[in-house]
Amino acid sequence: MSAANWLVLLGGIAAITFVNWWFFRAGRTPVAATAAPTGGPQEVVVAVRGGYEPGSIRVRAGQPVRLVFDRQEDASCSEEVVFPDFGVRKFLPPFARTPVEFTPDKPGTYEFTCGMSMLRGRLVVE
Amino acid sequence: MHEHQHRRRGLPVMQAAATSPPAAPALTGPPAPDAERITFPVTGMHCASCQARVQQALERAPGVRGATVNLMTEQATVAYDPAATTPEELLETVRSTGYGAELPSADRSAFEEQEAQDRSREAEYRRLRFRSLVSLGIGAVAMLLSMPLMGAGLHGATDPVMNWVMQTLEPTLRGVMPWLYAIPHGALRWALLGLTLLVMAWAGRHFYANAWAAFRHHSATMDTLVAVGTGAAFLFSAAVTLAPGWFAARGVAPDVYYEAVIIIVALVLLGNAFEARAKRRTAEALRGLAALQPLEATVVRDGREATVPLTSVRRGDTILVRPGERMPVDGEVLSGTSAVDESVLTGESLPVDKTPGSRVSSGTLNQAGALRIRATALGADSALGRIVTLMREAQGSRAPIQGLADRISGVFVPVVVSIAIATFVAWTLLGGDPVRALTAAVAVLIIACPCAMGLAVPTAVMVATGRGAELGVLIKGGEPLQRAADVDTVILDKTGTLTEGRPRVTEAALDDEAARLAAGLERGSEHPLARAIVAWAEERGLDLPAPDRFEARAGFGAVGVVAGRQVLVGSARLLEAEGVSPGAGPGAAERFAASGATPVLVAVDGEVRGAIALADRLKPTSRAAVARLHRLGLRVAMLTGDRRGAAEAIAREAGIDAVEAEVLPEGKLAYVTRLQAEGRVVAMVGDGVNDAPALARADVGVAMGAGADVAADAADVTLLRDDLHALADALGLARRTMGTMRQNLFWAFIYNVIGIPVAAGVLYPALGLLLSPVLASAAMAFSSVSVVTNSLRLRGFQGGMR
Repeated sequence: MSAANWLVLLGGIAAITFVNWWFFRAGRTPVAATAAPTGGPQEVVVAVRGGYEPGSIRVRAGQPVRLVFDRQEDASCSEEVVFPDFGVRKFLPPFARTPVEFTPDKPGTYEFTCGMSMLRGRLVVE
Repeated sequence: MHEHQHRRRGLPVMQAAATSPPAAPALTGPPAPDAERITFPVTGMHCASCQARVQQALERAPGVRGATVNLMTEQATVAYDPAATTPEELLETVRSTGYGAELPSADRSAFEEQEAQDRSREAEYRRLRFRSLVSLGIGAVAMLLSMPLMGAGLHGATDPVMNWVMQTLEPTLRGVMPWLYAIPHGALRWALLGLTLLVMAWAGRHFYANAWAAFRHHSATMDTLVAVGTGAAFLFSAAVTLAPGWFAARGVAPDVYYEAVIIIVALVLLGNAFEARAKRRTAEALRGLAALQPLEATVVRDGREATVPLTSVRRGDTILVRPGERMPVDGEVLSGTSAVDESVLTGESLPVDKTPGSRVSSGTLNQAGALRIRATALGADSALGRIVTLMREAQGSRAPIQGLADRISGVFVPVVVSIAIATFVAWTLLGGDPVRALTAAVAVLIIACPCAMGLAVPTAVMVATGRGAELGVLIKGGEPLQRAADVDTVILDKTGTLTEGRPRVTEAALDDEAARLAAGLERGSEHPLARAIVAWAEERGLDLPAPDRFEARAGFGAVGVVAGRQVLVGSARLLEAEGVSPGAGPGAAERFAASGATPVLVAVDGEVRGAIALADRLKPTSRAAVARLHRLGLRVAMLTGDRRGAAEAIAREAGIDAVEAEVLPEGKLAYVTRLQAEGRVVAMVGDGVNDAPALARADVGVAMGAGADVAADAADVTLLRDDLHALADALGLARRTMGTMRQNLFWAFIYNVIGIPVAAGVLYPALGLLLSPVLASAAMAFSSVSVVTNSLRLRGFQGGMR
């Protein structure tokens, strides 16, 4: 094999490794935002732009949760946010803040996704 | 009102052959709460002490059980005893402290959210369509400009279709536009580079912006695939344009793929546009429901009529609804009579007669006469509002069958990108052609379509729940829908599902004079059996005298004086107790009892004159509906508190397979559990109130006859239509929907499983087949649209006979 071919092969392997590392390994350590309980519901603002920021939210069980989704794009991928465990499917108008409210009763880790399960976030209920 | 004082809920029920308790229909409403709650806005509070003052004033007001006032939201929530105070008095209490208070206005949030979503989808559709059409136009120009470059014969398009197009068009073009071929290739490439940049930066901008935003969050979406695919083709082409000599010197043809980039962007946009339009249509049924509530109402205040927006209508207002108008609120008829078409809520096509005291629901159509109604529930609290809210929640749920698709979607894009890289490497190493390697890799990226998988189940749930609502069947989400498709046994709670839930005279062995006197006596009673006898006598054209004296014997019947005659109507035990010799009557009574009816004996002046048979009859549609359930392969069982003989008679008539008679209320739950232990998947159908535990225990709990009071929490499915055909519709719809979901998932999987390897070129060694990226983009656009379109076919689901 020529040097160029070796280069292509090694480059390809490196690229595949990078893709899988980047999407499956890196960035999986959650940056937890803890909702501040201020008498009312526990509130967190979640920015929606190609993903959820913060992607992992920590809340207390048994208290109402109010997540304000701030959708900063009009990509149709993120037009809905779904909390399958809480029966919530909410339409998020582009460039607007939309609150989602519910009360998680049981501690655990719940996933939330976009309408087509491509974007993901986690809700850690303690 | 003298007559009224005589009226008692006396019970001429015969102990010997009791049917189900006739009082049952009265219990179908939700149990009356002893305290009501109201939340209303309070204005003018600035500090915590204001809040405390309002709260104290409310707490001290008579009839108030508890009050909380929230300064932040400026709202007061009060629990009060409706017998002791009214919302208006509570408001007055607040106003007396110096702050403002108003009754809550109609909450249109459920409707508005739906409208906002529709507007946004519509705008997106228009934008995508516009961009894709302009891009396609630019793409056509780009194809023309590319012809001389390809015509140079340096490379042929790799897939047969494109090859054929080129070969057919090339000579014609050369004849028509010879000047095109005179332009230097370098200039053409630069022009194409400009056009492509324009399309990428304008029409396709969001692909790149979204892909980058997602990448930063370590996520990958559909946009990632399009961005990487078109980006790679563009960068290669740009490199060739900048330094064609560098490629030529290394034996690589200096080809550019600008036209492909533009057309891919255009086709993906076009696919997205069709998808947006199709997705909009999945919510059409819900939109139709939400649009039913008028935005204005004619309110009568101080004798004057005024048309006001719905948001300023208050509970308790008097509202005028003219013929041809839809009810703006839920209410109670104060005056006027009319026929109201309630088909939008119940799917029942026959109009319902309304008289003072009748309840009407918002969204239903007043057909005949003007009605004055008192508003009892507004906006989101109305039956229609609750249905819209319930449907939106149902559409937000997901079906378990989606689990696999979700797991695949989660890893799909990175895996496809890896396959594309591997394809490039393999083609370069084995095929020795980096250009072909690049087109194959781009085709892999473009053909892969995670959207089809993501859309397969939710779109079917959306369309099915919406279609259900149109048929008067509310399915509370994807999971109940999936379970309903697996049901193999249906248990019907007899009263109110199979039967009309009120007795009628089925047979009589009685002369007209005795019938006249018996019915005359029963005019004094409001008991269902008594009313049935009165109705029967009136139907026979008998003139009924009013009773001079009436006395109910609870549980046995009634005695009294009618037209100067001593009359007894009731059970054999009543007659015995009154010292009447039974005579020939009991023979007929026993015959009636044996046929499953409730016999009532009639005696006049101490002599038995005959007997009347009363029975809770089958609804006219029950038999046909049970037959439909059988055709779905379901086993149909019936539960009842009736005696075995009566139960079996009804069951035979309806065509029921199994009867569980003499069941106590607790026994319903046990019966469901027993059938489940036999391995059956059970749907339990009841009124949702008296049998809530059994409904909750069943695999699918179906509440029926609750009408528009979507009250039944225990139910997975609520039938708004008081007709068993609605049950057959619900189960049939569930099965058909599961079929659609499976088709969608199969198609989405198989499309990717076949499409990706073909695009990668696995068929090339054997068949010489390769897909161009342009064809790949067309296939991708088609695949997600086809899934949504397949789901939309559920809109055509036909319910049964009405």
